[in-house]
Amino acid sequence: MSDVVGVLALQGAYEKHVEMLSGLGVESRLVRFARELDDCCALIIPGGESTTMSLLIQKFNLYDILREFAEKKPVMGVCAGAILMAETVDDSRVIPLKIMPITALRNNYGRQVSSFSANLNLKCDDEDSAYAAHFIRAPGLASNNDIVEELASYNNEPVMMRMGLHMALSFHPELTNDDRVHVCWLSGFHPSFQ
Amino acid sequence: MNDSKQATSSDDNFTVKVGLAEMLKGGAIMDVTNADQAKIAEDAGAIAVMALERIPSDIRKDGGVARMSDPDMIRQIQDTVSIPVMAKCRIGHFAEAQILQALEVDFIDESEVLTPADEANHVAKHDFKVPFVCGSTCLGEALRRIGEGAAMMRTKGEAGSGNIVEAVRHMRTIQNEMKRLTIMSKEQLMSEAKNIGAPYDLICYVAEHGKLPVPNFSAGGIATPADAALVRQLGAEAVFVGSGIFMSEDPAARAAAIVKATTYYDDPETLLEVSSGLKAGMKGLLMQDISPEDRLATRGW
Repeated sequence: MSDVVGVLALQGAYEKHVEMLSGLGVESRLVRFARELDDCCALIIPGGESTTMSLLIQKFNLYDILREFAEKKPVMGVCAGAILMAETVDDSRVIPLKIMPITALRNNYGRQVSSFSANLNLKCDDEDSAYAAHFIRAPGLASNNDIVEELASYNNEPVMMRMGLHMALSFHPELTNDDRVHVCWLSGFHPSFQ
Repeated sequence: MNDSKQATSSDDNFTVKVGLAEMLKGGAIMDVTNADQAKIAEDAGAIAVMALERIPSDIRKDGGVARMSDPDMIRQIQDTVSIPVMAKCRIGHFAEAQILQALEVDFIDESEVLTPADEANHVAKHDFKVPFVCGSTCLGEALRRIGEGAAMMRTKGEAGSGNIVEAVRHMRTIQNEMKRLTIMSKEQLMSEAKNIGAPYDLICYVAEHGKLPVPNFSAGGIATPADAALVRQLGAEAVFVGSGIFMSEDPAARAAAIVKATTYYDDPETLLEVSSGLKAGMKGLLMQDISPEDRLATRGW
Protein backbone atom coordinates (compact mmCIF):
# COMPACT_ATOMS: atom_id res chain seq x y z
CA MET A 1 0.00 0.00 0.00
CA SER A 2 1.13 3.53 -0.74
CA ASP A 3 1.99 5.71 2.24
CA VAL A 4 1.03 9.02 0.60
CA VAL A 5 -1.47 11.07 2.59
CA GLY A 6 -3.91 13.10 0.50
CA VAL A 7 -4.93 16.61 1.51
CA LEU A 8 -8.17 17.85 -0.02
CA ALA A 9 -7.22 21.14 -1.71
CA LEU A 10 -10.48 22.60 -2.97
CA GLN A 11 -9.99 25.57 -0.68
CA GLY A 12 -8.69 26.33 2.81
CA ALA A 13 -5.63 25.62 4.94
CA TYR A 14 -4.34 22.66 2.92
CA GLU A 15 -0.77 23.95 2.61
CA LYS A 16 -0.31 24.07 6.38
CA HIS A 17 -1.16 20.35 6.59
CA VAL A 18 1.31 19.60 3.82
CA GLU A 19 3.99 21.48 5.80
CA MET A 20 3.11 19.59 8.99
CA LEU A 21 3.21 16.20 7.21
CA SER A 22 6.47 17.08 5.52
CA GLY A 23 7.97 17.95 8.91
CA LEU A 24 6.98 14.47 10.07
CA GLY A 25 8.64 12.89 7.04
CA VAL A 26 5.27 11.90 5.53
CA GLU A 27 4.73 12.28 1.82
CA SER A 28 1.52 14.09 0.89
CA ARG A 29 -0.45 15.03 -2.20
CA LEU A 30 -2.94 17.81 -2.87
CA VAL A 31 -6.25 16.35 -4.01
CA ARG A 32 -8.62 18.28 -6.27
CA PHE A 33 -9.52 15.56 -8.77
CA ALA A 34 -10.85 12.07 -8.03
CA ARG A 35 -7.87 10.48 -9.78
CA GLU A 36 -5.50 12.13 -7.30
CA LEU A 37 -7.08 10.09 -4.47
CA ASP A 38 -6.37 6.76 -6.15
CA ASP A 39 -3.26 5.67 -4.32
CA CYS A 40 -3.58 7.77 -1.18
CA CYS A 41 -3.54 5.78 2.06
CA ALA A 42 -5.53 8.41 3.97
CA LEU A 43 -7.05 11.87 3.55
CA ILE A 44 -7.10 15.15 5.46
CA ILE A 45 -10.05 17.47 4.87
CA PRO A 46 -8.70 20.86 6.02
CA GLY A 47 -10.34 23.92 7.51
CA GLY A 48 -11.86 26.55 5.27
CA GLU A 49 -15.45 27.37 4.43
CA SER A 50 -17.68 24.30 4.55
CA THR A 51 -20.32 25.85 2.26
CA THR A 52 -17.74 26.52 -0.46
CA MET A 53 -16.14 23.09 -0.14
CA SER A 54 -19.49 21.31 -0.17
CA LEU A 55 -20.48 23.14 -3.33
CA LEU A 56 -17.24 22.20 -5.10
CA ILE A 57 -17.56 18.57 -3.92
CA GLN A 58 -21.00 18.43 -5.55
CA LYS A 59 -20.06 20.30 -8.71
CA PHE A 60 -16.95 18.23 -9.39
CA ASN A 61 -18.58 14.87 -8.55
CA LEU A 62 -16.38 14.11 -5.56
CA TYR A 63 -19.17 13.26 -3.11
CA ASP A 64 -19.51 9.51 -3.74
CA ILE A 65 -15.78 9.13 -4.27
CA LEU A 66 -14.97 10.69 -0.90
CA ARG A 67 -17.59 8.56 0.85
CA GLU A 68 -16.25 5.37 -0.74
CA PHE A 69 -12.71 6.37 0.20
CA ALA A 70 -13.73 6.86 3.85
CA GLU A 71 -15.29 3.38 3.98
CA LYS A 72 -11.85 1.88 3.42
CA LYS A 73 -9.32 4.45 4.54
CA PRO A 74 -8.71 6.90 7.41
CA VAL A 75 -9.93 10.49 7.17
CA MET A 76 -9.14 13.43 9.44
CA GLY A 77 -11.43 16.46 9.23
CA VAL A 78 -10.47 19.81 10.72
CA CYS A 79 -13.04 22.56 11.38
CA ALA A 80 -14.85 22.81 8.01
CA GLY A 81 -13.50 19.31 7.34
CA ALA A 82 -15.12 18.03 10.54
CA ILE A 83 -18.40 19.62 9.45
CA LEU A 84 -18.16 17.78 6.13
CA MET A 85 -17.46 14.47 7.91
CA ALA A 86 -20.58 14.78 10.08
CA GLU A 87 -23.86 12.92 9.78
CA THR A 88 -25.91 16.09 10.24
CA VAL A 89 -25.14 19.83 9.94
CA ASP A 90 -27.27 22.77 11.06
CA ASP A 91 -27.05 24.34 7.60
CA SER A 92 -28.88 22.98 4.56
CA ARG A 93 -26.26 24.38 2.17
CA VAL A 94 -23.71 21.89 3.45
CA ILE A 95 -24.30 18.32 2.25
CA PRO A 96 -22.28 16.30 4.76
CA LEU A 97 -20.36 13.19 3.76
CA LYS A 98 -21.75 11.22 6.75
CA ILE A 99 -18.39 9.65 7.55
CA MET A 100 -18.85 9.83 11.34
CA PRO A 101 -22.10 9.73 13.38
CA ILE A 102 -21.67 13.25 14.74
CA THR A 103 -23.65 16.47 14.55
CA ALA A 104 -21.85 19.68 13.59
CA LEU A 105 -22.96 23.19 14.48
CA ARG A 106 -21.40 25.83 12.22
CA ASN A 107 -19.78 28.86 13.89
CA ASN A 108 -20.75 27.51 17.31
CA TYR A 109 -18.31 29.84 19.05
CA GLY A 110 -19.31 32.98 17.12
CA ARG A 111 -17.65 35.28 14.64
CA GLN A 112 -13.92 35.95 14.27
CA VAL A 113 -13.75 38.31 17.30
CA SER A 114 -14.68 35.28 19.40
CA SER A 115 -11.97 33.08 17.90
CA PHE A 116 -9.54 32.01 20.62
CA SER A 117 -6.66 29.85 21.77
CA ALA A 118 -6.97 27.46 24.70
CA ASN A 119 -4.95 24.72 26.37
CA LEU A 120 -6.35 21.21 26.01
CA ASN A 121 -5.57 17.81 27.40
CA LEU A 122 -5.26 15.27 24.62
CA LYS A 123 -6.32 11.76 25.61
CA CYS A 124 -4.36 10.19 22.78
CA ASP A 125 -0.82 10.86 23.95
CA ASP A 126 1.15 10.14 27.10
CA GLU A 127 2.66 13.58 27.38
CA ASP A 128 1.67 15.56 30.40
CA SER A 129 1.96 19.02 28.89
CA ALA A 130 -1.04 20.98 27.67
CA TYR A 131 -1.79 21.27 23.98
CA ALA A 132 -2.29 24.87 22.77
CA ALA A 133 -5.25 24.73 20.39
CA HIS A 134 -6.48 27.48 18.06
CA PHE A 135 -10.23 27.76 17.45
CA ILE A 136 -11.21 29.89 14.44
CA ARG A 137 -14.93 30.50 13.86
CA ALA A 138 -15.01 26.95 15.14
CA PRO A 139 -17.86 24.45 14.84
CA GLY A 140 -19.44 22.60 17.73
CA LEU A 141 -19.35 18.79 17.58
CA ALA A 142 -21.63 16.33 19.34
CA SER A 143 -22.40 12.62 19.25
CA ASN A 144 -24.60 10.23 21.17
CA ASN A 145 -23.08 7.19 19.55
CA ASP A 146 -20.86 4.96 21.71
CA ILE A 147 -18.54 4.13 18.84
CA VAL A 148 -17.37 7.76 18.84
CA GLU A 149 -14.65 8.46 21.39
CA GLU A 150 -13.94 11.91 22.79
CA LEU A 151 -10.20 12.71 22.69
CA ALA A 152 -10.33 16.31 23.93
CA SER A 153 -12.91 18.72 25.25
CA TYR A 154 -13.24 22.43 25.91
CA ASN A 155 -15.73 23.72 28.49
CA ASN A 156 -17.13 20.19 28.69
CA GLU A 157 -17.90 20.08 24.99
CA PRO A 158 -16.10 17.64 22.69
CA VAL A 159 -13.63 19.29 20.30
CA MET A 160 -11.71 16.21 19.10
CA MET A 161 -13.42 12.91 18.31
CA ARG A 162 -12.32 9.54 16.98
CA MET A 163 -14.16 6.65 15.39
CA GLY A 164 -11.86 3.82 14.35
CA LEU A 165 -9.16 5.49 12.27
CA HIS A 166 -11.25 8.60 11.54
CA MET A 167 -10.84 11.83 13.50
CA ALA A 168 -12.84 15.07 13.58
CA LEU A 169 -11.59 18.28 15.23
CA SER A 170 -13.02 21.73 15.99
CA PHE A 171 -9.57 23.30 16.31
CA HIS A 172 -6.59 23.66 13.97
CA PRO A 173 -3.59 21.38 14.63
CA GLU A 174 -1.94 22.61 11.42
CA LEU A 175 -1.55 26.15 12.79
CA THR A 176 0.79 25.13 15.63
CA ASN A 177 4.32 23.74 15.76
CA ASP A 178 3.02 20.94 17.97
CA ASP A 179 2.59 17.81 15.86
CA ARG A 180 0.89 15.61 18.48
CA VAL A 181 -2.54 15.57 16.82
CA HIS A 182 -1.17 14.55 13.42
CA VAL A 183 1.03 11.92 15.10
CA CYS A 184 -1.97 10.62 17.04
CA TRP A 185 -3.94 10.15 13.83
CA LEU A 186 -1.06 8.79 11.71
CA SER A 187 0.03 6.30 14.38
CA GLY A 188 -3.24 4.40 13.83
CA PHE A 189 -2.30 3.32 10.32
CA HIS A 190 0.76 4.93 8.72
CA PRO A 191 3.77 2.64 8.09
CA SER A 192 6.22 5.33 9.35
CA PHE A 193 4.53 5.34 12.76
CA GLN A 194 4.11 1.61 13.40
CA MET B 1 -8.69 20.35 32.95
CA ASN B 2 -11.72 20.73 30.81
CA ASP B 3 -12.24 24.32 31.80
CA SER B 4 -8.73 25.17 30.80
CA LYS B 5 -7.56 28.71 31.02
CA GLN B 6 -7.84 30.62 27.80
CA ALA B 7 -4.42 31.37 26.37
CA THR B 8 -4.22 35.04 25.43
CA SER B 9 -0.63 35.81 24.53
CA SER B 10 -0.18 38.28 21.68
CA ASP B 11 1.46 35.50 19.65
CA ASP B 12 -1.68 33.40 20.00
CA ASN B 13 -3.85 36.36 19.01
CA PHE B 14 -1.83 36.89 15.86
CA THR B 15 -1.91 33.14 15.07
CA VAL B 16 -5.70 33.19 15.34
CA LYS B 17 -5.90 36.26 13.07
CA VAL B 18 -3.57 34.85 10.41
CA GLY B 19 -5.37 31.52 10.88
CA LEU B 20 -8.57 32.96 9.44
CA ALA B 21 -6.61 34.22 6.42
CA GLU B 22 -5.24 30.67 6.00
CA MET B 23 -8.82 29.37 5.91
CA LEU B 24 -9.66 31.74 3.06
CA LYS B 25 -6.86 30.48 0.81
CA GLY B 26 -7.84 29.11 -2.56
CA GLY B 27 -11.12 30.98 -2.50
CA ALA B 28 -12.87 34.06 -3.87
CA ILE B 29 -13.93 37.01 -1.72
CA MET B 30 -16.64 39.10 -3.35
CA ASP B 31 -17.70 42.74 -3.00
CA VAL B 32 -21.42 43.03 -2.23
CA THR B 33 -23.58 46.09 -1.59
CA ASN B 34 -26.71 44.50 -0.15
CA ALA B 35 -28.15 41.31 1.33
CA ASP B 36 -29.40 40.00 -2.04
CA GLN B 37 -25.96 40.24 -3.58
CA ALA B 38 -24.43 38.65 -0.48
CA LYS B 39 -26.78 35.69 -0.88
CA ILE B 40 -25.87 35.33 -4.56
CA ALA B 41 -22.17 35.40 -3.64
CA GLU B 42 -22.56 32.83 -0.87
CA ASP B 43 -24.65 30.51 -3.03
CA ALA B 44 -22.01 30.74 -5.75
CA GLY B 45 -19.35 29.50 -3.31
CA ALA B 46 -17.66 32.73 -2.16
CA ILE B 47 -15.49 32.10 0.90
CA ALA B 48 -16.27 35.57 2.25
CA VAL B 49 -18.01 38.77 1.26
CA MET B 50 -16.81 42.37 1.48
CA ALA B 51 -19.74 44.56 2.52
CA LEU B 52 -19.59 48.05 1.05
CA GLU B 53 -22.13 50.69 0.03
CA ARG B 54 -20.82 51.23 -3.45
CA ILE B 55 -18.61 48.99 -5.52
CA PRO B 56 -15.29 50.58 -6.51
CA SER B 57 -16.34 51.33 -10.10
CA ASP B 58 -19.32 53.36 -8.78
CA ILE B 59 -17.15 55.14 -6.19
CA ARG B 60 -14.90 56.10 -9.08
CA LYS B 61 -17.83 57.37 -11.14
CA ASP B 62 -19.66 59.19 -8.32
CA GLY B 63 -16.67 61.04 -6.90
CA GLY B 64 -16.90 62.69 -3.46
CA VAL B 65 -15.55 61.30 -0.19
CA ALA B 66 -15.91 57.53 0.18
CA ARG B 67 -16.28 56.42 3.82
CA MET B 68 -16.96 53.31 5.89
CA SER B 69 -20.34 51.77 5.02
CA ASP B 70 -23.50 52.27 7.05
CA PRO B 71 -23.38 49.74 9.95
CA ASP B 72 -27.03 48.82 9.36
CA MET B 73 -26.24 47.75 5.83
CA ILE B 74 -23.31 45.64 7.05
CA ARG B 75 -25.51 44.14 9.77
CA GLN B 76 -28.12 43.09 7.21
CA ILE B 77 -25.44 41.26 5.29
CA GLN B 78 -24.14 39.62 8.49
CA ASP B 79 -27.69 38.44 9.20
CA THR B 80 -28.03 37.00 5.69
CA VAL B 81 -24.87 34.94 5.22
CA SER B 82 -22.89 32.53 7.39
CA ILE B 83 -19.53 32.97 5.64
CA PRO B 84 -17.10 35.63 6.96
CA VAL B 85 -18.15 39.24 6.39
CA MET B 86 -15.45 41.85 5.80
CA ALA B 87 -15.81 45.63 5.67
CA LYS B 88 -13.59 48.56 4.74
CA CYS B 89 -12.30 51.45 6.81
CA ARG B 90 -10.44 54.46 5.46
CA ILE B 91 -6.63 54.39 5.62
CA GLY B 92 -5.61 55.60 9.08
CA HIS B 93 -9.21 55.91 10.32
CA PHE B 94 -8.89 53.88 13.50
CA ALA B 95 -12.26 55.09 14.81
CA GLU B 96 -14.02 53.53 11.82
CA ALA B 97 -12.02 50.38 12.55
CA GLN B 98 -13.17 50.45 16.18
CA ILE B 99 -16.79 50.67 15.01
CA LEU B 100 -16.31 47.77 12.59
CA GLN B 101 -14.77 45.71 15.38
CA ALA B 102 -17.71 46.50 17.67
CA LEU B 103 -19.95 45.37 14.83
CA GLU B 104 -18.00 42.08 14.83
CA VAL B 105 -17.03 42.02 11.19
CA ASP B 106 -14.64 39.12 10.56
CA PHE B 107 -11.94 41.09 8.72
CA ILE B 108 -11.29 44.82 8.31
CA ASP B 109 -9.88 46.03 4.99
CA GLU B 110 -7.92 49.25 5.54
CA SER B 111 -8.56 50.18 1.98
CA GLU B 112 -7.28 52.61 -0.63
CA VAL B 113 -10.70 52.33 -2.29
CA LEU B 114 -12.06 54.70 0.38
CA THR B 115 -10.78 58.25 0.75
CA PRO B 116 -7.75 58.23 3.10
CA ALA B 117 -8.24 59.80 6.52
CA ASP B 118 -4.54 60.14 7.32
CA GLU B 119 -1.89 60.96 4.74
CA ALA B 120 1.05 59.77 6.84
CA ASN B 121 -0.10 56.92 9.08
CA HIS B 122 -2.01 53.69 8.89
CA VAL B 123 -4.04 52.08 11.68
CA ALA B 124 -2.01 50.37 14.46
CA LYS B 125 -3.51 47.01 13.69
CA HIS B 126 -1.96 44.87 16.44
CA ASP B 127 -4.24 46.70 18.91
CA PHE B 128 -7.35 45.10 17.41
CA LYS B 129 -8.85 41.67 18.00
CA VAL B 130 -10.30 41.61 14.48
CA PRO B 131 -7.72 40.83 11.78
CA PHE B 132 -6.86 43.38 9.07
CA VAL B 133 -6.12 43.04 5.38
CA CYS B 134 -4.25 45.80 3.54
CA GLY B 135 -3.27 46.45 -0.05
CA SER B 136 0.24 46.81 -1.39
CA THR B 137 1.99 47.49 -4.67
CA CYS B 138 5.47 46.36 -3.64
CA LEU B 139 7.30 44.38 -0.96
CA GLY B 140 8.28 47.34 1.22
CA GLU B 141 4.68 48.47 1.48
CA ALA B 142 3.49 44.92 2.25
CA LEU B 143 6.05 44.50 5.05
CA ARG B 144 5.22 47.90 6.56
CA ARG B 145 1.56 46.87 6.77
CA ILE B 146 2.48 43.48 8.29
CA GLY B 147 4.74 45.32 10.76
CA GLU B 148 1.69 47.36 11.78
CA GLY B 149 -0.25 44.13 12.33
CA ALA B 150 -1.96 43.20 9.05
CA ALA B 151 -2.84 39.48 9.10
CA MET B 152 -3.31 39.25 5.37
CA MET B 153 -2.11 41.18 2.33
CA ARG B 154 -3.57 41.72 -1.12
CA THR B 155 -2.24 43.44 -4.18
CA LYS B 156 -3.92 46.78 -4.77
CA GLY B 157 -4.27 46.39 -8.50
CA GLU B 158 -6.56 49.17 -9.68
CA ALA B 159 -9.94 48.76 -8.02
CA GLY B 160 -13.02 49.32 -10.15
CA SER B 161 -11.08 49.18 -13.41
CA GLY B 162 -11.98 45.66 -14.53
CA ASN B 163 -8.43 45.69 -15.89
CA ILE B 164 -6.03 43.05 -14.55
CA VAL B 165 -2.83 44.80 -15.65
CA GLU B 166 -2.11 46.56 -12.34
CA ALA B 167 -2.83 43.49 -10.19
CA VAL B 168 -0.37 41.57 -12.37
CA ARG B 169 2.21 44.33 -12.08
CA HIS B 170 1.93 44.39 -8.28
CA MET B 171 2.00 40.61 -7.88
CA ARG B 172 5.02 40.26 -10.16
CA THR B 173 6.79 43.11 -8.38
CA ILE B 174 6.30 41.57 -4.95
CA GLN B 175 7.28 38.08 -6.13
CA ASN B 176 10.44 39.42 -7.81
CA GLU B 177 11.43 41.45 -4.76
CA MET B 178 10.96 38.39 -2.54
CA LYS B 179 13.07 36.21 -4.85
CA ARG B 180 15.77 38.85 -4.80
CA LEU B 181 15.89 38.74 -1.01
CA THR B 182 16.38 34.97 -0.97
CA ILE B 183 19.65 35.24 -2.90
CA MET B 184 21.06 38.19 -0.95
CA SER B 185 23.86 37.69 1.54
CA LYS B 186 23.15 38.40 5.20
CA GLU B 187 25.21 41.58 5.04
CA GLN B 188 22.88 43.05 2.42
CA LEU B 189 19.64 42.59 4.34
CA MET B 190 19.83 45.64 6.59
CA SER B 191 20.66 47.82 3.64
CA GLU B 192 17.67 46.38 1.77
CA ALA B 193 15.47 47.05 4.82
CA LYS B 194 16.59 50.66 4.64
CA ASN B 195 16.15 50.92 0.88
CA ILE B 196 12.60 49.57 0.72
CA GLY B 197 11.55 50.97 4.09
CA ALA B 198 10.61 47.66 5.69
CA PRO B 199 11.13 46.23 9.21
CA TYR B 200 14.42 44.32 9.39
CA ASP B 201 12.98 41.22 11.09
CA LEU B 202 10.39 40.83 8.33
CA ILE B 203 13.08 41.29 5.65
CA CYS B 204 14.97 38.42 7.32
CA TYR B 205 11.82 36.28 7.38
CA VAL B 206 11.24 36.75 3.64
CA ALA B 207 14.94 36.15 2.87
CA GLU B 208 14.71 32.81 4.71
CA HIS B 209 11.29 31.61 3.53
CA GLY B 210 10.87 33.27 0.14
CA LYS B 211 7.33 34.34 0.99
CA LEU B 212 5.41 36.75 3.20
CA PRO B 213 4.72 35.71 6.81
CA VAL B 214 0.98 36.12 6.10
CA PRO B 215 -1.14 34.98 3.13
CA ASN B 216 -0.95 37.18 0.04
CA PHE B 217 -4.07 37.51 -2.09
CA SER B 218 -4.81 39.41 -5.29
CA ALA B 219 -7.30 42.24 -5.81
CA GLY B 220 -8.03 45.13 -8.10
CA GLY B 221 -9.19 44.33 -11.62
CA ILE B 222 -10.25 40.67 -11.62
CA ALA B 223 -13.23 40.39 -13.99
CA THR B 224 -13.11 36.88 -15.50
CA PRO B 225 -12.34 33.29 -14.46
CA ALA B 226 -9.18 33.57 -16.55
CA ASP B 227 -8.10 36.67 -14.57
CA ALA B 228 -8.51 34.72 -11.33
CA ALA B 229 -6.49 31.82 -12.76
CA LEU B 230 -3.77 34.20 -13.97
CA VAL B 231 -3.13 35.86 -10.62
CA ARG B 232 -3.32 32.49 -8.84
CA GLN B 233 -0.63 31.12 -11.16
CA LEU B 234 1.45 34.22 -10.47
CA GLY B 235 1.38 33.43 -6.76
CA ALA B 236 -1.84 34.89 -5.33
CA GLU B 237 -3.22 32.51 -2.69
CA ALA B 238 -6.82 33.69 -3.17
CA VAL B 239 -8.66 36.47 -4.99
CA PHE B 240 -10.84 39.44 -4.18
CA VAL B 241 -13.39 40.23 -6.87
CA GLY B 242 -14.90 43.68 -6.64
CA SER B 243 -16.84 45.29 -9.45
CA GLY B 244 -16.18 42.35 -11.78
CA ILE B 245 -19.15 40.30 -10.63
CA PHE B 246 -22.04 42.65 -10.05
CA MET B 247 -21.15 44.92 -13.00
CA SER B 248 -21.46 41.92 -15.34
CA GLU B 249 -24.63 40.73 -17.05
CA ASP B 250 -25.08 37.47 -15.13
CA PRO B 251 -23.51 37.88 -11.67
CA ALA B 252 -24.52 34.46 -10.27
CA ALA B 253 -23.03 32.50 -13.15
CA ARG B 254 -19.88 34.63 -13.24
CA ALA B 255 -19.43 34.35 -9.47
CA ALA B 256 -19.70 30.55 -9.60
CA ALA B 257 -17.28 30.39 -12.52
CA ILE B 258 -14.69 32.53 -10.71
CA VAL B 259 -14.97 30.31 -7.60
CA LYS B 260 -14.20 27.24 -9.69
CA ALA B 261 -11.41 28.95 -11.61
CA THR B 262 -9.77 29.94 -8.33
CA THR B 263 -9.64 26.31 -7.15
CA TYR B 264 -8.69 24.75 -10.51
CA TYR B 265 -6.47 27.67 -11.51
CA ASP B 266 -3.82 25.54 -13.19
CA ASP B 267 -6.09 23.14 -15.06
CA PRO B 268 -6.86 24.56 -18.54
CA GLU B 269 -9.66 22.08 -19.26
CA THR B 270 -11.61 23.12 -16.18
CA LEU B 271 -10.87 26.77 -16.94
CA LEU B 272 -12.23 26.32 -20.47
CA GLU B 273 -15.38 24.71 -19.12
CA VAL B 274 -16.08 27.44 -16.56
CA SER B 275 -15.21 30.26 -18.98
CA SER B 276 -17.74 29.04 -21.54
CA GLY B 277 -21.27 30.43 -21.84
CA LEU B 278 -20.82 33.45 -19.60
CA LYS B 279 -22.67 36.62 -20.59
CA ALA B 280 -20.78 39.88 -21.07
CA GLY B 281 -18.33 40.95 -18.38
CA MET B 282 -17.87 44.49 -17.13
CA LYS B 283 -16.62 46.91 -19.74
CA GLY B 284 -13.51 47.97 -17.88
CA LEU B 285 -11.16 50.93 -18.09
CA LEU B 286 -7.82 51.42 -19.81
CA MET B 287 -5.09 52.70 -17.51
CA GLN B 288 -4.37 55.66 -19.82
CA ASP B 289 -7.99 56.73 -19.30
CA ILE B 290 -7.53 56.98 -15.51
CA SER B 291 -5.67 60.17 -14.67
CA PRO B 292 -2.79 59.78 -12.16
CA GLU B 293 -4.70 61.66 -9.43
CA ASP B 294 -7.64 59.25 -9.84
CA ARG B 295 -5.56 56.13 -9.38
CA LEU B 296 -6.46 54.42 -6.14
CA ALA B 297 -3.28 52.34 -5.91
CA THR B 298 -1.21 55.44 -5.11
CA ARG B 299 -3.03 55.83 -1.77
CA GLY B 300 -1.14 54.31 1.18
CA TRP B 301 2.30 55.06 2.57
